[in-house]
Amino acid sequence: MVAKLPDRERIVITGVGLTAPNGNCLADFRQNLLDGKSGVSEYETRYFGKTVAGVCNYDALRYQKRKEVRRGTRAGSAGVYCCREAIADSGIDWENVDRARIGIYVGVTEHGNVETENEIFQLKKYDYDTQFWSHHHNPRTVANNPAGEVSLNLAITGPHYTLGAACAAGNAGLIQGCQMLRLGECDIALSGGVSESIHTFGIFASFHSQGALAKHDDPVKASRPFDVDRSGIVVAEGGCMTVLERLSDAKARGAKIYGEIVGHAMNSDAVDFVLPNPERQAECIGFALKRAELSPEDIDIVSTHATGTISGDLQEAAALRQVWGNNGHTVFNNTKSFIGHAMGAAGALELAGNLPAFDDGVCHASINLDRVDPECELPGLVANQPRELSKVDVILNNSFGMLGINSVVIVRRI
Amino acid sequence: MKAAKIKEAIIDILSDIAPDEELGELKEDVAFAEQLELDSMDFLDIVMELRKRYRIQIPEEDYTELASMSSTVKYLEPLMQDIAKA
Repeated sequence: MVAKLPDRERIVITGVGLTAPNGNCLADFRQNLLDGKSGVSEYETRYFGKTVAGVCNYDALRYQKRKEVRRGTRAGSAGVYCCREAIADSGIDWENVDRARIGIYVGVTEHGNVETENEIFQLKKYDYDTQFWSHHHNPRTVANNPAGEVSLNLAITGPHYTLGAACAAGNAGLIQGCQMLRLGECDIALSGGVSESIHTFGIFASFHSQGALAKHDDPVKASRPFDVDRSGIVVAEGGCMTVLERLSDAKARGAKIYGEIVGHAMNSDAVDFVLPNPERQAECIGFALKRAELSPEDIDIVSTHATGTISGDLQEAAALRQVWGNNGHTVFNNTKSFIGHAMGAAGALELAGNLPAFDDGVCHASINLDRVDPECELPGLVANQPRELSKVDVILNNSFGMLGINSVVIVRRI
Repeated sequence: MKAAKIKEAIIDILSDIAPDEELGELKEDVAFAEQLELDSMDFLDIVMELRKRYRIQIPEEDYTELASMSSTVKYLEPLMQDIAKA
């Protein structure tokens, strides 16, 4: 039982910083989730043309100089913004903290596509003469870039790296932070995920070629997981970084605690590049429940991963039915219906938007559920309007990704 | 391009590379690095921008010539004498 662990092995969330297409702090994000306010808008990208996307409007210059923004990447900038906000939210005495004992663990779906596309686009003007290729290309595209920019901006000298975990990356960042705290590799873990994916035309074109890109005349209606008229993914950018600490440290400084990460798991489908596998997803949920020593009916809210693709939503619904059946207690929601798929940030953002439920007792809805696909039917699916629950003690957050990567994080009220 | 125009061109490049800096007070005979927050990547940006904007190739052994405004203008004058201001 996790609760029986000594406080130094129990990991809690003490700060949240985020940027989402419908909010640049947790309070605004949460309010818009409760109000049913979408962050999806019209968008146009190089070569691909007009589409829809979740676009963030956070103020990059709040925490970065113009030169830092120019030299760095969008993912790095989102990481800096989110980490600075999370640290401020945590109330940590930043000036006196040992920065060698801080770890930075940033989940990313992909990194480097944006800068590579930009460079090739620029190089075309010079007839592809590579002497005009930027010396900034390598530092911008190394896989650790988004975490490294956080290290540089905040003068953090502890470990920093990214977790490449497709769309399970946000959860993977959180899980890595937990593990490193338990191993004693750091005392504070800045953990979560970021996405700059809307700035690469390739992700839109590839999803389109795959028949998995959402289309709708009204952008706010385009992302509709579990709905019978869903047409695919709405790509979004964003970021969500949390401050994770050992419970003993959080108690010692009298920190505000959002919740304790009591369970987590990752596994692999090992069957297909893109199609998910409900058996392995259900197994992953089971592993996380087992680690938390919880039963399915102990879970109050499940934050689903569903992206709005035809097959992916069916597969997750099957996995959820396999685990929860008709227990009549657990409710399900989906954040992508509001903001689209924030890729590497998705797992962390979707969990964060649900954390205030511990205080307000409300499960935010999944919007755009005009007609639930009968094959995605889930008892307890919270459609279109938020639902007041008597009490919320445990939230389970799903994030799955290409190449069959599954991740689950369970957070309990403390 | 005459010295005054070359200086204008360098200021224009610096304003892109170092957008947070106040360039109006730049002392011509003092090294850029002593007045501005410039590192080696920024100096490579100056070299790259001269290449992109004016097709000037600066060999690595000459990079030290770009230390200050006066040394940069002096170095570039013969290389840019046939270039019209864009």
